[in-house]
Amino acid sequence: MLKARVFLWFLTIEILLLIILYLHSHFMVGLRQREVYGKRQLVRELTLTDLALFTEARYTRHLSQADMFTPFQDFPSSLDHFPAGSIVEPSYRKHTGE
Amino acid sequence: MIKHYRILEYALSSLLRRKYKNLALFLIYTLIVGVLSSVMFLTHSLKSEALKVFIDAPELIVQRLSGGRHELIPLGYADLIESIPGVATVQPRYWGYYYDPNTGGNYTIMARTTSAELDLITGTMPQEGQCAVGKGVAQARQLDINDIMFFTLGSEQKLMLKVVGIFTANSSILTNDLVIMDKNDLLRFFALDKDKATDLMVKVNNEMEINTITNKIKRTLPDTRPITRSEILRTYENVFNWRGGMALVMFCGTLLAFFIFAWDKATGLSAEERQEIGILKAIGWETSDVLTLKFWEAMVISLSSFLSGVILGYVHVFYFGGTIFDPFLKGWSILLPPFDPIPYIDIYQVVVIFFLTVVPYLASTIIPSWKAAIADPDTIMR
Repeated sequence: MLKARVFLWFLTIEILLLIILYLHSHFMVGLRQREVYGKRQLVRELTLTDLALFTEARYTRHLSQADMFTPFQDFPSSLDHFPAGSIVEPSYRKHTGE
Repeated sequence: MIKHYRILEYALSSLLRRKYKNLALFLIYTLIVGVLSSVMFLTHSLKSEALKVFIDAPELIVQRLSGGRHELIPLGYADLIESIPGVATVQPRYWGYYYDPNTGGNYTIMARTTSAELDLITGTMPQEGQCAVGKGVAQARQLDINDIMFFTLGSEQKLMLKVVGIFTANSSILTNDLVIMDKNDLLRFFALDKDKATDLMVKVNNEMEINTITNKIKRTLPDTRPITRSEILRTYENVFNWRGGMALVMFCGTLLAFFIFAWDKATGLSAEERQEIGILKAIGWETSDVLTLKFWEAMVISLSSFLSGVILGYVHVFYFGGTIFDPFLKGWSILLPPFDPIPYIDIYQVVVIFFLTVVPYLASTIIPSWKAAIADPDTIMR
């Protein structure tokens, strides 16, 4: 029964590790709360509206401020030539056609 | 219980007989679950962070459209908006983009809107002739505090500013490409009219009235486009939703790979596996025993791969900043903020990964075995 015992130990260690990581995530969220407050202060004071994730085009840099038609901004039916345009969805306004 | 324990022991011996094949299976399976969980962890973390920080975003932004495009807004519009009942204040925002030919990066230039001291900045906020830059800009231009930053837009429009503040690395997700300067410097550099702004930021007395005020602005000024804070929040909720956009692209590829892999298993057992089932039946094993054996074989592979994959995903995203997604997320951007996501975990997503990977694998292993187990042992062994 050695193999089964080794396997069950392996499984137990993995589950324990996952529990530790879950607890770690909770601990880190609490620990970095101050950082979140700092970011909220930046957003409030600098009047920021978007994350600086994709800086290659204005409609990917400011996702929430983009014009509704920006994927085709160069000429009608032109394909989006920025890679980020293919991995971000149109904003909510465009999505619902509001 | 002891029966299951013995069958598990037999299942492990059986798996070890084909150890290289099963080891490869375990590694591929772990990798697929690792990629899937990385996508989910990263997108959920970015979404949670965006939703937490943009709670303090401007309540209402009013842009002007001209010819269907975003256009500078006359400051006279601010007075009209301010006269709408329920509007507390209207403040112009000045911002724009600057392509830096030296580094090939795009910077977001913003005029300072506050004189408050900020927590996430080393140095101070800029006055006229000074600027504060994001960590990404500072690194790209090799700038330090008190260095001079040079901007140029052709021979006429030039600007030299002293760097007095650098936003800290942990704020990079918001400020990486940002250059904050005084309003007068920005107006002079971009040669903007003094009576126009990029857009207007509106504060309302009662947040419940925001939709009514938005409609009034649209009616009073039909060439404007108001964007509310809730729309900003919904945008980020959608962009990082695991069922769409960025996540879906990465998610679909890995999920398809997994389904091909599970389908390959489901299409049939090898001759060796069939023979093994035949022998077990011939020596007196019941069909239910064979199915229990196959269940445990599948469980050993899938459960251990699932757990290892989730651990791998967590470590990859929250300890190594999701490095394998870097080239993919970067696209053509020169400035990509270093990812150091806050580990917000949603148990629901882990359960989704479990049901998307473990359950199909179990089914694809047990169903062909069941078909073989109900057949005559003599026929299978031949």
